[in-house]
Amino acid sequence: MEASEVPVATVTQRSQKSVESQVGRIYEGFAKLPPDAQFRMLELKRENHIDYLKGGLRQLPSSFCILDALRPWVCFWNLHSLALLGESFDAQLQNNIVDFLCRCQDPNGGYGGGPGQMPHLATTYAAVCSLVTLGGHKALSSINRSEMCMFLRQMKHPSGGFRIHDGGEIDVRACYAAISVASILNILDDELVQNVGNYILSCQTYEGGISAEPGTEAHGGYTFCGVATMIMINQVNQLDLPRLIDWLVFQQGKECGFKGRTNKLVDCCYSFWQGGTFALLQRACSTIDQQLVIPVGGNTFEVNFNDIGHNFVKRRVEMEPLFDGRALQLYLLLCSQEENGGLKDKPGKSRDFYHTCYALSGLSVSLY
Amino acid sequence: MDSDEEQEWVPLKNRPEWSDVVPVEQDDGPNPVVPIAYKEEFTETMNYFRALYRADERSPRALQLTTEAIKLNSGNYTVWHFRRLILKALSADLQNELDFTEDIARANSKNYQLWHHRRWVAEILGTNATTQELEFTKKILSHDAKHYHAWSHRQWVLQELGGWEDELDYCHELLEEDVFNNSAWNQRNFVITRSPFLGGLKAMRESEVSYTLKAIVAHPENESSWRYLRGLYKNDNQSWMKNTQISSVCLKILIAKTDCIFALSTLLDLICHGFQASQEFRDAVDALRNSDLEQAESDLAKTICSLLETVDPIRVNYWKWRKSMLCQDAN
Ligand SMILES: [Zn+2]
Repeated sequence: MEASEVPVATVTQRSQKSVESQVGRIYEGFAKLPPDAQFRMLELKRENHIDYLKGGLRQLPSSFCILDALRPWVCFWNLHSLALLGESFDAQLQNNIVDFLCRCQDPNGGYGGGPGQMPHLATTYAAVCSLVTLGGHKALSSINRSEMCMFLRQMKHPSGGFRIHDGGEIDVRACYAAISVASILNILDDELVQNVGNYILSCQTYEGGISAEPGTEAHGGYTFCGVATMIMINQVNQLDLPRLIDWLVFQQGKECGFKGRTNKLVDCCYSFWQGGTFALLQRACSTIDQQLVIPVGGNTFEVNFNDIGHNFVKRRVEMEPLFDGRALQLYLLLCSQEENGGLKDKPGKSRDFYHTCYALSGLSVSLY
Repeated sequence: MDSDEEQEWVPLKNRPEWSDVVPVEQDDGPNPVVPIAYKEEFTETMNYFRALYRADERSPRALQLTTEAIKLNSGNYTVWHFRRLILKALSADLQNELDFTEDIARANSKNYQLWHHRRWVAEILGTNATTQELEFTKKILSHDAKHYHAWSHRQWVLQELGGWEDELDYCHELLEEDVFNNSAWNQRNFVITRSPFLGGLKAMRESEVSYTLKAIVAHPENESSWRYLRGLYKNDNQSWMKNTQISSVCLKILIAKTDCIFALSTLLDLICHGFQASQEFRDAVDALRNSDLEQAESDLAKTICSLLETVDPIRVNYWKWRKSMLCQDAN
């Protein structure tokens, strides 16, 4: 490059600038408003969100054909969002959900993306979480635990990881789905845990975050999945947590929300994937303290895996949040909330159930 | 647009070659939740798919039907899975699969299934597929240089089928285009740590450090290059702390007084690992302080944390925590 030449902004710089200025305009406009108008803007449009979510459970338009293999996910996104909003479900709706998910359950264990589809770990996770969210005998007893155990064993790969379905891809997401389902159903054992920790460790990148597979880029979604998995198998101390936290805190930018990867754009769904990881780490403080003094890679001991997840969630929060929760709330309420219900990735995008679910989950994390 | 895409869709029930098949409806139950208002074409195609899938019919017409079903919803992993069973049973020409997946990628390339399929095909084709796969991912990356699936596929190709020779140059090209492209930095780390031709991280370290420091000096605000630099010393904090080139670059950036966040946090990191900062560093840090805002600290690491609390306010909780951990270390 010649000295006199003015450097042209790169693709990353240009897209970042454009989002920053869009978000900046929203915050500037907000700052100029009188207090009562500000107050109204910061309101969570609870009733509208509920209408939007309930509408999705009732009927989806034909454009959802491309989500036809993800229906338990749509069910989970909407149910979980409604639960976060404190909305209850009438008996009829509960029955319909249990009935529908039963039709997605494979006779040999696990849940597929719709009736008659192959069982898949991600939709299994979504279905089990939906049923646990509903709770009650009918919902919980509809899960075929012994067949589920068989299905999870079939998905186990010699590398320690899991295949997402028969013959499917192996990644950190599949590990998280398998281990969390086993943990919540009390069927987690040595055979399922075998080497999964080493697999996750091999996915912690030089940046500090965790990637989908060994070698790929550190990413918010996989970081949450990896950290949560390590907690459930009692091996979170194996990760380099100071480096992980240093990467994590830098994912929150001046837009106030989180991005998924270094130098990518803000997106409300990472409010949960990144923010939720903080919530997990706030309960693992003693491990982090140790690592700052003693090098990484402690011992593992004999444990009852089925106690860990539940006890961990109930553990006392040992430290203040390391991210800016108020800033995150501003991003979610002012930049990603739709007046008519639902939340969206960022200004200029449209709402969807996935982003609504993880934006509300992130909002919940920020209020801790 | 292809000529066959312009042809009007003929319902399967009107096609003579399908007359022997009894379509199977989806078992949604009387009151399904999240029901989709399927278009007629979607419903009918999937009804015939279910019939063949249930009968496990691995035939040329079944293969054709999976093509139609995938075009309607490329996220249906059951259809892709069945397609692979059919391809195996028919010993089909897998070259067609490369064209088919490329076709699907044109409509939507952010989909796990298509990439998994592509990997399955390339695995069978073996080294015959190396060049094609590298070209294919390059093409996708030319439109979206941070495409996660494309990078993942490319790494798999390099590891399983080879083609490492030009990869470092490719990373360099992408970084020349956009030095903020973190995926390209990540690929660079992948290449220098795993390429069988480069001798590994230690052999590459010196030249990589000078490459990265140049990028840092040009753009001190670029998080990617700083992280890459730190990654060159993964599991080797002693060498990290001892490299005076790195501390000198930090000093240079601090003295310039613009975009200091990463220089400050790197200096903090160096000090935490035993780097003894000279008076020059202290002066440079002091010159950045606004005396009204931050109280003077006797300890340089603490001063840096306090300074970061004001220059990097979104991370104020983090820098406070880092400062509190410094106290703990001292005790
Ligand atoms: Zn998103």
